[in-house]
Amino acid sequence: MALIELVDLRKSYDGEVVLDEFSLSIRENEFITLLGPSGCGKTTTLRILGGFTVPDSGKVLFQGEDITNLAPNKRNINTVFQKYALFPHMNIAENIAFGLKISGKSQSYINDKIKYALALVNLKGYEQRSIDSLSGGQQQRIAIARAIVNEPKVLLLDEPLGALDLKLRQEMQYELMRLKNELGITFLYVTHDQEEALTMSDKVVVMNRGYIQQVGTPEQIYNEPENAFVADFIGDSNIADGIMLEDYYVEICGRVFKCIDAGFGKNRPVDVVIRPEDIVIGRPGEGILDGVVTSTVFIGMHYEMCIEAGGFEWVAQNTVRHPEGEHVSISVIPDNIQIMNKPQSEDEEAISLEEVLGEEGEQG
Amino acid sequence: MKKLYSAPFIAFILIGTIIPTCVVAYYGFTSRDGGFTFDNIAAIATAEHAKALCLSLLLSFAATLICFMIAFPLGVILRNSKLGQKRFIIFLFILPMWMNFVLRTMAWQVLLEKHGVINMMLESIGLPGLSIINTPAAVILGMVYDYLPFMVLPIYNSLSRIDESVIEAAYDLGADKSLVLRKIMLPLSVPGIVSGITMVFVPSLTTFAISNMLGGGKVNLIGNIIEQEFTTSSNWNLGSGLSLIMMVFIVLSMALISRFDKNGEGNLL
Repeated sequence: MALIELVDLRKSYDGEVVLDEFSLSIRENEFITLLGPSGCGKTTTLRILGGFTVPDSGKVLFQGEDITNLAPNKRNINTVFQKYALFPHMNIAENIAFGLKISGKSQSYINDKIKYALALVNLKGYEQRSIDSLSGGQQQRIAIARAIVNEPKVLLLDEPLGALDLKLRQEMQYELMRLKNELGITFLYVTHDQEEALTMSDKVVVMNRGYIQQVGTPEQIYNEPENAFVADFIGDSNIADGIMLEDYYVEICGRVFKCIDAGFGKNRPVDVVIRPEDIVIGRPGEGILDGVVTSTVFIGMHYEMCIEAGGFEWVAQNTVRHPEGEHVSISVIPDNIQIMNKPQSEDEEAISLEEVLGEEGEQG
Repeated sequence: MKKLYSAPFIAFILIGTIIPTCVVAYYGFTSRDGGFTFDNIAAIATAEHAKALCLSLLLSFAATLICFMIAFPLGVILRNSKLGQKRFIIFLFILPMWMNFVLRTMAWQVLLEKHGVINMMLESIGLPGLSIINTPAAVILGMVYDYLPFMVLPIYNSLSRIDESVIEAAYDLGADKSLVLRKIMLPLSVPGIVSGITMVFVPSLTTFAISNMLGGGKVNLIGNIIEQEFTTSSNWNLGSGLSLIMMVFIVLSMALISRFDKNGEGNLL
């Protein structure tokens, strides 16, 4: 059974729609991430759930109960804010105790909880420290501790790691996953960082311009993007124009590639997504398309190369370096070619998930 | 070179603050014939002076309290209003400050007089007239009117600096409106409150113009006594001695400010 149902939410500010036709169901003990560029409506969704924003229309159901207009202090939901939002005039213990005192817990219970929460976020013995004496990462962990001691059903996290440096961010990602598993609380996480979303989530909701683009597991989102927006936003990808000749055969740059997709009809224009790491580089004539390497950059684990082939600039990643100017061929195994319907217009990039599913249904 | 640039300011401080203070101290610790004495300081203990000091403290305290009671809720309202409204209301509060202080106080005199504007209006609709002119109440009214902006601005400044997400976090953790006011807004605006209190309390404590105009000579504050010593009695030594006592209060207020307002955030504008 779903813990939270968001039903057909809509919100606009000054006539500008920031959220539309937004429906989502969140199960208990799920780590769900809203992912999208800034202005995609992900923070608005979170604020509606927290009770800080009232939607223009639609409903928020919490265990079947309508809480759309319920004040934030009446909800069994706690939030970890982007800017930590710790109380600067209180020490750490007082910060963590804030919610517990309001709910009238005994002092010994509160003390136990503070100890437990500080141990959970690896800040044992920090009770009497002031907020100013903490680093950003420590402050964020206190903010998490302050939220979880209230044992909420749902923890909302609004880009909580945005202000931290890369290393700390990675550490915190693991800590959040560990916390989620230890606590059994549902996490709703908002971020624009696709790597963060893929690393931590059970389920990712990709959003753009107020619409859901795709809902799925991190693997589904990465390997089977539903449309060009998702493909482009998640990881690097080559998005080329193609023509679906018939089932299992797609024409790209004038050459025929084998693929595993069917049901698009005959001679239909489509978008083709190929991940850079899936491009196989060989000697000229060995692959499907011949081309020339136009640039090579070492980016850590591998080389990123641009290959001009068939009038298209392909981005390829490989551990073997091919110098600039080298003539090569490229090929792709059928499994790694992802075919998507072309959007009818620019605006349809912001197509909702239901529409995508609907279109596919019609063809099938 | 650096010293050269700061020379005008050093001169200003010397002429405007240091030298006058030394002169006041000199007069305060000497008798009329030039000998060293504590008599001028000790004179605060006489019945007349002690009574005036107590009345000054009482009226200033009342005026400060009333200013706070008006300014804090106003600050909270302003914090939550739209930018345009905010500016307009602040403008309305600052507007009287552009007029001369004596003129503003005299206006109240005309309004509050026995046959003044307010009483004329009250009588015309059949209500009994007010008779607060020449009473401590009128003096408090004058103090509140003259010094209210100095309470409003620092409190508003402090309140508007509170991060909205801190307030949302308090609601998120279950706090209701009154708890947010008491546990979050009030403590976080302490720098502004302390600054406002000092800016109202100190000038109220030392005023003589307001009590002269609205007290009609019947409300004798310590400021009036000092003024009289310098003018009608021509006793600069006693006047200086009493001024030194007042200075102690001012220094105490300053110490209070620096204790609560470490970052200087409650400062006016």
